[in-house]
Amino acid sequence: MPFKRYVEIGRIALVNYGKDYGKLVVIVDVIDQNRALVDSPDMVRGQMNFKRLTLTDIKIDIKRVPNKKTLIAAMEAADVKNKWENSSWGRKLIVQKKRASLNDFDRFKIMLAKIKKAGVVRQELAKLKKETA
Amino acid sequence: MSYKFHQFQVVGRALPTESDEHPKIYRMKLWATNEVRAKSKFWYYLRKLKKVKKSNGQMLAINEIFEKNPTTIKNYGIWLRYQSRTGYHNMYKEYRDTTLNGSIEQMYTEMASRHRVRHHCIQVIKTATIPAKLCKRESTKQFHNSKIKFPLVFKKVRPPTRKLKTTYKASRPNLFV
Repeated sequence: MPFKRYVEIGRIALVNYGKDYGKLVVIVDVIDQNRALVDSPDMVRGQMNFKRLTLTDIKIDIKRVPNKKTLIAAMEAADVKNKWENSSWGRKLIVQKKRASLNDFDRFKIMLAKIKKAGVVRQELAKLKKETA
Repeated sequence: MSYKFHQFQVVGRALPTESDEHPKIYRMKLWATNEVRAKSKFWYYLRKLKKVKKSNGQMLAINEIFEKNPTTIKNYGIWLRYQSRTGYHNMYKEYRDTTLNGSIEQMYTEMASRHRVRHHCIQVIKTATIPAKLCKRESTKQFHNSKIKFPLVFKKVRPPTRKLKTTYKASRPNLFV
């Protein structure tokens, strides 16, 4: 099974440990075997250990260590935000975040919605059963 | 990023006497964990170079030196003198890092691991930022590639905070990327 996600300049990674947990960052240069220089529109460019990063499928087209303006322009051009939010991984994270931030009223609304959805599914199932019977 | 070793600029001179009204002022840049240690190191080195001790000298200034561009990667060359079990040796080491303090810290930890040299047996002679063409070590030169690309072969999945760490896990981890 060959590798599909490489550490390269322009690779988007998700931070999975530490202060910047959950952020999407761009690998802007490689310091050495364990560390990368990493940048993001809302943080100062800094170094990060590869152990804290999970590589994604998204890659943008930048040169080594671009300045902030070029980086933001390249991220817009590659439409990183939308690509991430429409990917299955990105959507899962959004749903997880939403579920963690629910209050009791939201949970009540969800309960009603689930009951309604189950009712509709059961009706359709009953119809199909009647047709085949 | 907090570094254990800070870089200080220490300036001192001998105390003025009747024979020498304006003694020469000496400045050193050295690495220490704190200011007190930096001052002590300064007198240690100065004693070896000039006939002056802390008791007949005075400290004029001590300032911490911070990295000018901590967001760019540089290749640092460090010349050092260290004491091994059998004698003193000189060494030249290269490191790739964003700050000089980071590379000094890398040097100390590497000397400790590779040569079992503790930090008080190491004297930093000189440090320099080396342009990529003049790097001598293959291990730094292999990262001088603007189209560098490699996969992360072994991915250990960690819980995102140490609080969520457990001794026992229900299933074996998946280490592929």
